Amino acid sequence: MSVIESFPRVRALKLPRADGFVPWIVPLVILGVWQLACATGFVSSRVLPAPSDVALAGWKLTVSGELGRNIWVSFWRASIGFMIGGSIGFAFGLANGLSQLAGKLTDTTLQMVRNIPHLALIPLVILWFGIDETAKLFLVALGVFFPVYLNTLHGIRTVDPQLIEMGRIYGMTNGELFTRVIFPGALPSIFVGLRFALGIMWLTLIVAETIAASSGLGYMAMQAREFMLVDVVVLSILIYALLGKLADSASRALERLTLAWHPAFRKP
Amino acid sequence: MQEALRFRVPEAELIDRPDYVKQARRLWQGSEVGARGLALTIRGLRKSFGDHEVLRGIDVCIPAGQFVAIVGKSGCGKSTLLRLIAGLESIDSGSVSFGSEARPEDARVMFQEPRLLPWARVLANVEVGLGRGRKSADARARAERALTEVGLAEKRGQWPAVLSGGQKQRVALARALVSHPRLLAFDEPLGALDALTRITMQRLLERVWRDQGFTAILVTHDVSEAIALADRVLLLEDGRIARDIHIDIKRPRKRGSADLAALEGSILGELLRGGDERST
Ligand SMILES: Nc1ncnc2c1ncn2[C@@H]1O[C@H](COP(=O)(O)OP(=O)(O)OP(=O)(O)O)[C@@H](O)[C@H]1O
Ligand SMILES: [Mg+2]
Repeated sequence: MSVIESFPRVRALKLPRADGFVPWIVPLVILGVWQLACATGFVSSRVLPAPSDVALAGWKLTVSGELGRNIWVSFWRASIGFMIGGSIGFAFGLANGLSQLAGKLTDTTLQMVRNIPHLALIPLVILWFGIDETAKLFLVALGVFFPVYLNTLHGIRTVDPQLIEMGRIYGMTNGELFTRVIFPGALPSIFVGLRFALGIMWLTLIVAETIAASSGLGYMAMQAREFMLVDVVVLSILIYALLGKLADSASRALERLTLAWHPAFRKP
Repeated sequence: MQEALRFRVPEAELIDRPDYVKQARRLWQGSEVGARGLALTIRGLRKSFGDHEVLRGIDVCIPAGQFVAIVGKSGCGKSTLLRLIAGLESIDSGSVSFGSEARPEDARVMFQEPRLLPWARVLANVEVGLGRGRKSADARARAERALTEVGLAEKRGQWPAVLSGGQKQRVALARALVSHPRLLAFDEPLGALDALTRITMQRLLERVWRDQGFTAILVTHDVSEAIALADRVLLLEDGRIARDIHIDIKRPRKRGSADLAALEGSILGELLRGGDERST
């Protein structure tokens, strides 16, 4: 991601003011072609409803309050699960990166657990927690844990040892060494973990909600499938895409804010 | 020519310092900072890594305020010696002692790499050099003064990534200078710079050394650099100090002058010949 962004953009493409509009050209063209294909009957509305139909379904569900409620439920699950899994992963990453003893004690175990695809645990999780909120939170937290853990650990272990030596020479205490050298040095890698985790967070939630839930976007899509409401199914998928994009943009903004020193993130 | 070369046994006694050092010292003592050179005595210093004995008994006495250059073949233990002096490695046997009570801030090292924190602005990087004095009220002002000293005051708000190699080294120098060290050790600080920048940096080093009167220990590959800057050149060979050469050429030294060139030729000869003789 960052490598491509760091290339200077081609001068000729840089029309004034149109810059922010350029990335939206392709989605809009696709939308237009899609609408046209449905309107001309080239694609049956039972296979793929027209964008206008999807928008209409969205409007209806918004008015009835169902859409807002389901989005909120999904968003709540995603963020709580993310916070739980992310903070545990971060804590383990810090502990194992900073302390050899902690690393020796837990790293091997964690690496073994990592090799189990967390979605394979769904049957077990349903047995344990039923289709309760806990089940979804558990799965999301588990999915988020590993990318955050691994990248935090990697980030801390790969901080330039010469900089650490420099910090010691200049009399930094352990606390200062952490806040001024180790943590900032590990931050780019932590962000990589964060963005991986966000992707896994949505994926886990979609799967968990379609299989075992009585509310949320995934549940809404499954309900719609039973009643053959293709437009609602497509709507849920689009909303998932939008939420994913939103989370990604938020993490990018945070990245740009905190990694301003990094040549790859400097504003052109 | 030969008068310029005075060989000494490693057990060197105190030599009298050139006048300008005394002058600089007097000036400096008059100022509020009061940084003076730190004398350094090394006795029977040995260091091995595994089976490999890198230093086999170094004996040297460096008087306060002297500028000493250490030259030698690659891998002969120059960096190791410097790291031992700076307390970055443990000593196997022997001793390194300073002439008087020394605080940690009194001895500073500068490496070949600038080792700036990429996520801290230039000024904040210089403040790192204050050590425990970082939290004092005048920390910022002192950092700014050090930055001005190396001629980079206008870069104070920049990220290190946008600086050139020479500028980064100057920031590293400011960081080393900001605590007014009494001993400054350089491990090939100019090794990665181009020839012109090198010369500018050498002048800068000489100037701050004369202004502040600290004891300077410069490890370098470059014999001409050693001769241009140092009062004394130590030739490290087989883990010992093989030659101790005092350079009595007046400062400011003219680069490319016949004196310097002749001296450089003879030291280079020593370096090359010395290795051959010893191995037979
Ligand atoms: N931490 C270490 N562990 C093992 N061996 C080491 C270590 N540090 C240095 N050595 C060895 O000690 C010897 C001297 O190394 P040193 O870095 O002091 O050489 P140098 O004179 O500075 O060389 P150069 O001019 O190339 O920088 C080398 O043979 C090196 O392999
Ligand atoms: Mg070296």
